[in-house]
Amino acid sequence: MAQQLTFQVDGHARSIEVDDPAMPLLYALRDELGLINPRFGCGLGQCGACTVHVDGRSVRSCITPVRSVEGKKITTLAGVGTPEKPHPIQKAWIEEQVNQCAYCINGWVMTAVELYDRNPRPTDEQIKAAFAPLICRCGTHSAAVRAVKRAAQSA
Amino acid sequence: MTNDDSKALVIHRRTFLTASGALLVSLAAPFEWAEAEAIGGTTRPPVGFDQLDSYITIDPDGTVVAYYGRIDGGQGLETAIAQMVAEEIDVPFERVRVVMGSSTVLDMGGASAAQGVSQSGMTLRRTAAEARRLLIDTATRTLGVPADQLTVTDGVVHAISDPTKRVSYADLIGGRYFDTKIKWNGRTGGALAVDTPAPLKRPDQFKVIGKSIPRRDIPPKVFGRMEMVSDVRVPGMLHARMIRPTVAGAVPVKVDEASVKDIPGVRVVWIKDLLAVVAEKEWNAVKAARALKVTWSESKPNFPGNEKLHEHIRQAPVVKRTIQRENGNVDEGFKQAVRIIEGEYEFPTQSHASTGPGCAVADVRADEATVWTSTQKPHGTAACVADLLGLPHDKVTAIWKFGTGSYGRNDQADAAADAAVLSKHLGRPVRVQYMRHEAIAWDPKGTASVNRSKVGLDAAGKVIAYENISKAFSRQDMNPREQAASDVLAGHLLGASAKPNLIFEIPVASYTFDHGRLGWEIIPALMDRASPLRTTHLRDPFGPPILFGSESFMDEVAAATSTDPVDFRLRYLSNPRDRDAVRIAAEHYGWQKRPSPRNDQKDSEVAVGRGIAFRRHFDTFIALIAEVRVHRKTGKLDLVRYVCSHDVGMIVNPETLKAVIDRQLVYGTSRAMFEEVRFNENMVTSVDWVTYPVLHVDDAPAQIDIVLIDRPEAAPSGAAEMCLGLVPAAIGNAVFDATGVRLRRVPFTHERVKAALDRA
Repeated sequence: MAQQLTFQVDGHARSIEVDDPAMPLLYALRDELGLINPRFGCGLGQCGACTVHVDGRSVRSCITPVRSVEGKKITTLAGVGTPEKPHPIQKAWIEEQVNQCAYCINGWVMTAVELYDRNPRPTDEQIKAAFAPLICRCGTHSAAVRAVKRAAQSA
Repeated sequence: MTNDDSKALVIHRRTFLTASGALLVSLAAPFEWAEAEAIGGTTRPPVGFDQLDSYITIDPDGTVVAYYGRIDGGQGLETAIAQMVAEEIDVPFERVRVVMGSSTVLDMGGASAAQGVSQSGMTLRRTAAEARRLLIDTATRTLGVPADQLTVTDGVVHAISDPTKRVSYADLIGGRYFDTKIKWNGRTGGALAVDTPAPLKRPDQFKVIGKSIPRRDIPPKVFGRMEMVSDVRVPGMLHARMIRPTVAGAVPVKVDEASVKDIPGVRVVWIKDLLAVVAEKEWNAVKAARALKVTWSESKPNFPGNEKLHEHIRQAPVVKRTIQRENGNVDEGFKQAVRIIEGEYEFPTQSHASTGPGCAVADVRADEATVWTSTQKPHGTAACVADLLGLPHDKVTAIWKFGTGSYGRNDQADAAADAAVLSKHLGRPVRVQYMRHEAIAWDPKGTASVNRSKVGLDAAGKVIAYENISKAFSRQDMNPREQAASDVLAGHLLGASAKPNLIFEIPVASYTFDHGRLGWEIIPALMDRASPLRTTHLRDPFGPPILFGSESFMDEVAAATSTDPVDFRLRYLSNPRDRDAVRIAAEHYGWQKRPSPRNDQKDSEVAVGRGIAFRRHFDTFIALIAEVRVHRKTGKLDLVRYVCSHDVGMIVNPETLKAVIDRQLVYGTSRAMFEEVRFNENMVTSVDWVTYPVLHVDDAPAQIDIVLIDRPEAAPSGAAEMCLGLVPAAIGNAVFDATGVRLRRVPFTHERVKAALDRA
């Protein structure tokens, strides 16, 4: 039976009807709401490509049942900043020219944004601990660490 | 592209340029005049390799459009190409737009052999220079000023002495066409070359080439605005998931459609051996794929399993043996030798394991088809889909989109083929998204190999004879340019036979020995149809396995003759660019000359060593030094520092080049330290990031120093796959330097390093 769910996405109230409230949030965001991020990487919570913030905390949307975000605030990569008003992490990411293909970028930037918003001057160990679960096949790991340190310097 | 092709091409290019120089002297004036009068047609000439408009056009507002018949896998080619075109046609970088990839653009080879800049960038430079020459010629009549008294500033042709005499590119041709034929060498893809009378700019004239302009594609990626292939949505589109067997070679014999009847909007598609579910909603397709009950045929692949794979390779019959390069008299050389040293090195099967599993959308109509794909070879994909569907080639369009890094011929082409077959069958557009297990267990693999080296030394310790032979599966069970039904999984499942090309290859042989022999031996594939272990190109298709062997072995011989590893290499390298790469890396690292191994850390739990590896790949010259800390008790390796000297000839964008090298060395580290496709007698068992471990942030080298060697007068070569193959040997040689123990098998997992240390 279809069920109505309401939550906020990037500052906008969104309401969807789902047959299966256990459906992962990722499919709600992509298939129902037409977002072009986050991305499907593994469906297992092992890589981070689907990462969004729910009430400010990074979650893997590929294993988060959509019913669990009812009434909550979801922020995606497209919602943390704009070219006109970038988040300090996005600004540093561009300055550091971190990415290659960037398929994995939601995991890295959303993790970095959460870290920065709580602790703008993290240590190397704290940055690496935050990034530890993430997969990137292009090899941007160290460049991502440098971007967080760059953002920290201007914090 | 094979080494042989590349050599042929280099020779061809040189003769071509000589011929064009002569042509310029004798024919330039009348040729120019006749053509210059023709520019400005209002009808776009058909796309053709000999049509200037197929390379460069100018929009009504003066924006220069460059048609780049390749793709960017994430390394910034769009920006580099725009720089090369802006330089030659004399407009600001911002005024060049690059159209990439799709099969409606000339086939410049897709992504292949890191030739984006060296081949197609140079082609577009030449055509941009020719466009500028024709525009100046046209301006001579508009302005009444001879060509030699005109110049171009920011897309405006003006008299050198009187800047008020001016006309813009927009006014000269904006929105219209050059309609001009150019000389083309008759070849396509990576071998395409054009000859234009306009001279290229000299390095001392460069304003845009050589500048570290930030990449254009990064901001849209960082702001979550980059539409990738997985984001393509077509009205009426169905979502599909493929159903794969759990035993390789098994095919569906019974499908219980009732098992998915409660999931809304689901249909099962079963065509010959190809099985899929489709649904209106993506999640319902995922659920149906999990729920569908299938009875599979009996299959007994009898795979040797990854643990015993190299034993299998040693024992297996050779179906093709090729000595690709031989100099001197090798057998005689070994007879004269007073000492023989032999070494054997093993490389595992590896997966592309892209971050994004294969994804494609296809819209197949009665007499035409469109596929959206992020494959490396959109032209090949279009041909493949045409072959699968029985459509004329020109009725299939492949639209290239950004997507996951592919690192070679990954599973993107298979996804496009699946989508096309399903769309034809269902009469609706179909989006196929592979799941994680498909992207590792079912992508085409990079082959495993055993690399054997042997040298003969004379009484003075000089190497007089050298032999290096790889024994491996072919690296091309599937054509890396997926251009036929036989080149994709769907083709096999629908009955097409595999058409393997029995080939391995050798890298460029830089070292000079009196007697040398380099070659390879191919063994039979483990399964000839729809195999999860079928091979095709994995980034730098034969570099890492051979260089791990050959560059570890060079170190072994240096140690056996108590020679410093840098001195040893320099002794047998004569080309100045080879020697510079080695010398400059050593200088930057602060290399202290001494033979390996160190003997002062025998009693310490933690030992530190340094190792070097060198290669030339096309006209790129690289040395990599790794400093490694070895934890004897656990076998853990800390990668303390890499120093990479890198000579690519002319550098288009230094910071982007550094990023390409930096990220690639991290990627190469993942392949050296972690990556091995696991499989048992029935099936690949690497299905996710736990069973196919890869590098995480803590495992990356702590420091990477890149030393760019800039040679503005030398033609640009490639960078995108050139250095990764040096990583295994550099690390292995450092471990030997630290401990005296030689690592002979990739990947260097803790367990394997510990076992090697314990055996010593």
